[in-house]
Amino acid sequence: MAGPVAPLAAGMRLDLEAVTLRRPGASGGRRPILDGVTLRVAPGEQLAIVGPSGCGKSSLLLAAALAQRPDAGSVRLDGSEAWAAAPRRRQQLRRALFLAPQAPPLPPRQRVVTAVLAGRLPMLGLWRSLSSLIYPDDIAGAQQALAAFGLGERLFDRVDRLSGGERQRVGLARALVAPARLWLIDEPLAALDPVRAVAVLDELCAQARQRGITLVVSLHQAELAQARFGRIVGLRDGAIAFDAAPAALHEGQWRDLYAGDEPPAMPAPAPALPPPIPAMCR
Amino acid sequence: MTLPRAVAGVRAAGGVGAARRDPAWRGRLLWLALAALLLWPALRAAEFTPWTLLDARSLRVSAGYLASFVPPDLRAPFLAEVAQATWRTVAIATSGISLALLLAVPLALLACASLSISRLGGRMAPLPFVLRQAARGTMALLRTVPELVWALLFVRVVGLGPTAGVLAIALTYGGMLGKVYAEILESADGQAARVLLINGATRLQALAYGLLPAARAELGSYTVYRWECAIRSSVVLGFVGAGGLGQRMDESIKALAGGEMATMLMVFVALVAAADRLSAWLRRELP
Repeated sequence: MAGPVAPLAAGMRLDLEAVTLRRPGASGGRRPILDGVTLRVAPGEQLAIVGPSGCGKSSLLLAAALAQRPDAGSVRLDGSEAWAAAPRRRQQLRRALFLAPQAPPLPPRQRVVTAVLAGRLPMLGLWRSLSSLIYPDDIAGAQQALAAFGLGERLFDRVDRLSGGERQRVGLARALVAPARLWLIDEPLAALDPVRAVAVLDELCAQARQRGITLVVSLHQAELAQARFGRIVGLRDGAIAFDAAPAALHEGQWRDLYAGDEPPAMPAPAPALPPPIPAMCR
Repeated sequence: MTLPRAVAGVRAAGGVGAARRDPAWRGRLLWLALAALLLWPALRAAEFTPWTLLDARSLRVSAGYLASFVPPDLRAPFLAEVAQATWRTVAIATSGISLALLLAVPLALLACASLSISRLGGRMAPLPFVLRQAARGTMALLRTVPELVWALLFVRVVGLGPTAGVLAIALTYGGMLGKVYAEILESADGQAARVLLINGATRLQALAYGLLPAARAELGSYTVYRWECAIRSSVVLGFVGAGGLGQRMDESIKALAGGEMATMLMVFVALVAAADRLSAWLRRELP
């Protein structure tokens, strides 16, 4: 699945430039959640972000989704400086991206069809979106999106009747109906069993490739990331530890990424493999 | 003194020594004592002397008045009159609440911070912040003035009649509903709405797809409860000339017609009970 990316124009370009993000209300003394992260993602590219819990994976996605304003550095979407732009323009950029948080944000008393179609809101006017609450606007589209994740039967069930894994897949089905050109997916497999997880990840990658959508996924499963993505970004203590094709990564780099609580030990012999370990110069 | 004995009991039940004692109980005892200490002057200031209710003269007066409640007045012409007055009371309350909603819904949406797009980045921008505070201030002003005062004001402007009552309820209840709507929306789980805003939805779309599904049962039952309060208010406003059950009650009280009072009170209880049933039904049936 890690083949070359079709150079479709539909995908969004994402550039994070030396992004630093502190915990809200934290004083200067504490280590920031993201510490000068630079990451460039080409239109239509697919990459996985890996790293231990608390390394800043979710925060990186939030910063890319314009959900958290960086304390320093810049976020550019399709080349436009998102936080320097007028609020109206920023909201326009948000319409072109899709963030799927790890906990699927679905109101428990909503029906699955409505929860999925909420992904279409950015392209609907107010009246269309209200009338869709009375009679769903695109039942076929919602069903197709659900079927892609094996949930076609649950269209008219209520969200609180679903299991945790089913909810997570409903949250992903929403991406398929959204008018987005950049998918930022946080831990899509957290609530899924191993077999289902592989199928869901494959579907996600295939759909993104088909549409030329840029895909950034954060993953706990290092093996799956290696097997399915052509580019892997290792994040540790809020900084990029490596950014490379899986073939170019050696075992020491993986070990260091998940090493115990001691500060990340940078291996003394700088590997000749691209890119160099602190990938900020990329 | 019961308190020390209770404490001793707890200590005995707790078993050996001071180590097992709940470290929080001393603080609780202190707050309880402080509350009692503060309540006493308040009761004095309010001239709260319930025992005057029980002296022989008071008992005789109350008993005489209550005895006149039986039998309730059920003559047909009076019942027709009550039916008409009841209908007018409910109409005043319902019109008042409907007008209040026109005020409350936009104000609540303005005031509700969960639907702030500028807050997505961290801090709310200054202009939206000022707007939100202005909406809160407007609602506080509207509900600070009691509906009775609004009504007396409007009676001077539009004259005696239901219009004054409707306007008074609309203003006071607009402020109350708006404030509590905003708070219900803010205390509901805002994650769904927040993610919709991040993914480019507008505020109203995020409200309809993210916040309302989480909050609509609360909003519905609070609205019905306020409608019930508005019925009570419109009865009180009747005493100052807004018409309806209140005005009719005023006449019966002045005429010492206990039977009429009894009938009207029963109608009133039935109204409130109906509102209660409606609210329970709404909470159960709203999907």
